[in-house]
Amino acid sequence: MSRDPVLTFTPAGIYCPAGDFYIDPWRRVDRALITHGHSDHARWGMGHYLATHEALPVIRHRLGDISAEGITYAEERMIGGAKVSFHPAGHVPGSAQIRVEVAGEVWVASGDYKVIDDGLSTPFEPVRCHHFITESTFGLPVFRWEPQSVIAAQINDWWRTCAAQGKTAVLGAYSLGKAQRLMSMLDPSIGPVLCHAAIESTNAVMRAQGIRLPDTVLAHKDITAKTHPAAMVIAPPSALGSTWTKRFGPQETGFASGWMAMRGVRRRRAGDRGFVISDHADWTGLLSAIKNTGAENIYVTHGYTDNFTRYLNDSDWTAQVVPTQFEGENLDSAGSEGE
Amino acid sequence: MRDFAALFETIDQSTKTTNKVKALARYFQEADPQDRLWTIALFSGRRPKRAVTTAKLREWGAEAASIPLWLFEECYPVVGDLAETIALILPSNSTTNTDSLSLWIRSLRNMNNVEEPTQKNFILNAWAQLGGTERFVFNKLITGGMRVGVSQKLMTRALAQATGRSEAELAHRLMGNWHPDDTTWHELVEAEDASADASRPYPFHLAHALEDGPEGLDDPANWRAEWKWDGIRGQLILRGGTHFVWSRGEELMTDRFPELARAVDDLPDGTVLDGELLVWRTAKPTPESFNTLQPRIGRKTVPRKLLKDAPVVLHAYDLLEWQGEDIRHLPFAQRRDLLETACAGLPPEAAVKLSPQLPFTALNDLHRYRDRARSAQAEGLMLKRADSPYLAGRKKGDWWKWKLAPLTIDAVMIYAQAGSGRRATLFTDYTFAVWDGDALVTFTKAYSGLTDKEFREITAWVRKNTLQRFGPVRQVAPHHVFEIAFEGIQASPRHKSGIALRFPRMLRWRHDKPMSEANTLDDLKELLRLYG
Repeated sequence: MSRDPVLTFTPAGIYCPAGDFYIDPWRRVDRALITHGHSDHARWGMGHYLATHEALPVIRHRLGDISAEGITYAEERMIGGAKVSFHPAGHVPGSAQIRVEVAGEVWVASGDYKVIDDGLSTPFEPVRCHHFITESTFGLPVFRWEPQSVIAAQINDWWRTCAAQGKTAVLGAYSLGKAQRLMSMLDPSIGPVLCHAAIESTNAVMRAQGIRLPDTVLAHKDITAKTHPAAMVIAPPSALGSTWTKRFGPQETGFASGWMAMRGVRRRRAGDRGFVISDHADWTGLLSAIKNTGAENIYVTHGYTDNFTRYLNDSDWTAQVVPTQFEGENLDSAGSEGE
Repeated sequence: MRDFAALFETIDQSTKTTNKVKALARYFQEADPQDRLWTIALFSGRRPKRAVTTAKLREWGAEAASIPLWLFEECYPVVGDLAETIALILPSNSTTNTDSLSLWIRSLRNMNNVEEPTQKNFILNAWAQLGGTERFVFNKLITGGMRVGVSQKLMTRALAQATGRSEAELAHRLMGNWHPDDTTWHELVEAEDASADASRPYPFHLAHALEDGPEGLDDPANWRAEWKWDGIRGQLILRGGTHFVWSRGEELMTDRFPELARAVDDLPDGTVLDGELLVWRTAKPTPESFNTLQPRIGRKTVPRKLLKDAPVVLHAYDLLEWQGEDIRHLPFAQRRDLLETACAGLPPEAAVKLSPQLPFTALNDLHRYRDRARSAQAEGLMLKRADSPYLAGRKKGDWWKWKLAPLTIDAVMIYAQAGSGRRATLFTDYTFAVWDGDALVTFTKAYSGLTDKEFREITAWVRKNTLQRFGPVRQVAPHHVFEIAFEGIQASPRHKSGIALRFPRMLRWRHDKPMSEANTLDDLKELLRLYG
């Protein structure tokens, strides 16, 4: 008997034959189910988009005039012969794992996820399934995140020291998700929080949809160290060390990313300070997520795929590397923004 | 350990030299003298005797982290540092132990002569009691190589700030064979008699590269020229009836070059020479290539056959101590006269030779010498001011090295591999090929020479153009051409191409060249014929 698998991996992306749709496709297709708004997941040019109500505003903001529809977490919907539902992935606000069921067989494409509650995104929920598609961006045991409160204290201490020395703290972070998460971790009593336009525009979209974010100031050209002393500036990594930051006077720069766990990377990229914080699951997070799905078959899509897959196979899962042209987020790959 | 870890962190995080010096100077004033002493030792590459093998550390690390050993071994190259890998894989905890740096070192030393279970217990306990940077620093005490961007220069500057002594004096005091076990902070840094150790070398005077040729130099009469030899820089010390040989990296190499023992008979006591160790066979007009010297470097004791096949001499080009007097303050011309006097009576079979000076009257003569450098087995010219004192470290203005342009070849990148440590997220290690008919044959790897921006660009490209994976190695579509520069070429049966290069690196990314215009294996063989 030969039956189509529920999901298959094609050159255009993850495809569901029963529902004739793709998940996070990287080529133009008619119907795309989108896990979240990062540019390597939500791409331009699809005929029709389906994403969570929480994710859609940012996707529309980024992709412009698209044909798109929203869905509520856990709402079940039939697409062709496939029963589809979206479940919180905890990666960024609105991010989802996508559950697809055909004839009793359940697959989950988890997109990007983290299992800890960041206080901003709807927390990750394990979804029982037979087949689980996971990332492994940080799929090595050298990546173990400290609790968010510890990192928050580190960042606030740094900011406080900068402020006491008459310096501006400039923190590099990706504009969707990480930036807002960091904002919400800051102690507003230290000073004002200034955001680069790329970040402030995302803030505006999120505030408009009802997500509560702390007060921030758009760092337009008249905002300087003089008008806003003791400030924390949050900017995309590309703005760090550029002329854009000059107006903030004497300053220290920091960078917030899971890659900062490694001293070498920190020394190369962090400027003055590197903070180890990620919107992806660390080693223990990946393993607990996989375990909680109850799935036997694991598909590892990007990151340290070879080693992570071997480890899973040694630990009694049936795991395989999914060949993909899309390699996910890496500190140094062009256009990466999730990490 | 807390203070030292905090110092380490401050230095490690800071990109500004002044901040590093300030933090170090404060530590040298405030910390316990024994901790200070160990800090100087650690930052200058010394370390406690290794109590535990790295094999055991890996095994116990993997066990403590509850991961299989193979996975540990996969993490190591990604992180690029064993001490850091272990610090990262263990579950995080906060430090509960308040022992000082030197106390930890003492405890570690006590592990040298105990049974393995006791060692293991000690290490696991240490990991459980130390968190964050302190755990990393502890591991570094065992594995060594506490590289943290503290150069000797930076450390002496901080010491000078902390003690009010001159940098030159401190640089000399820190040289040589001392170990924290045999000295004290007072003895090393403060005591009046700093010459107690007969083996102590002088800091080497290093030259800056002359990029644009000698035209910018003033009157040629003020300058002296020599070959820049392609050997090992060495300092030969004759004191107290015995001899010592030091490398530029402050490694004592006396036993590796037994030929030099006879210098005690050939030259007077109280002499220190600066020169180049070269393999030079009797009656040959030129020294042998660096490749011939290579087997001599690794051997702590030298088999007789190797001694015969690759006899080493010291070509002396400077005199630092004469008749027991430090003469580094004298002008070079005067030191050179004394050196010639010292070497005048050397018998022909002596292991010390006088390195010749190259007479010239006009700058144009220098160009002619440089053009002949390769056939003289030199890698260029040294230009030294006649009135220059012998300074400590790399000082601009008095000494210049004018190196030969490297050999180059245009090659196609066909494999890429991620780097480690600071380059863990980048593809930085490439394998290159040249044309052999219609086929591309690999001939070298290269890792350096590109900017971070270029590495990022190539990394993104590699991700999209991987043809096949072999573990960490990606076979990529042949497309990009790079100009590979190298210092030497020789036949090598160990390499598929039959060729080995010395110091290969990427000189530039040839965006302008299609891969069909890369060089051929015949081009490489021609270089081998000319320069091998």
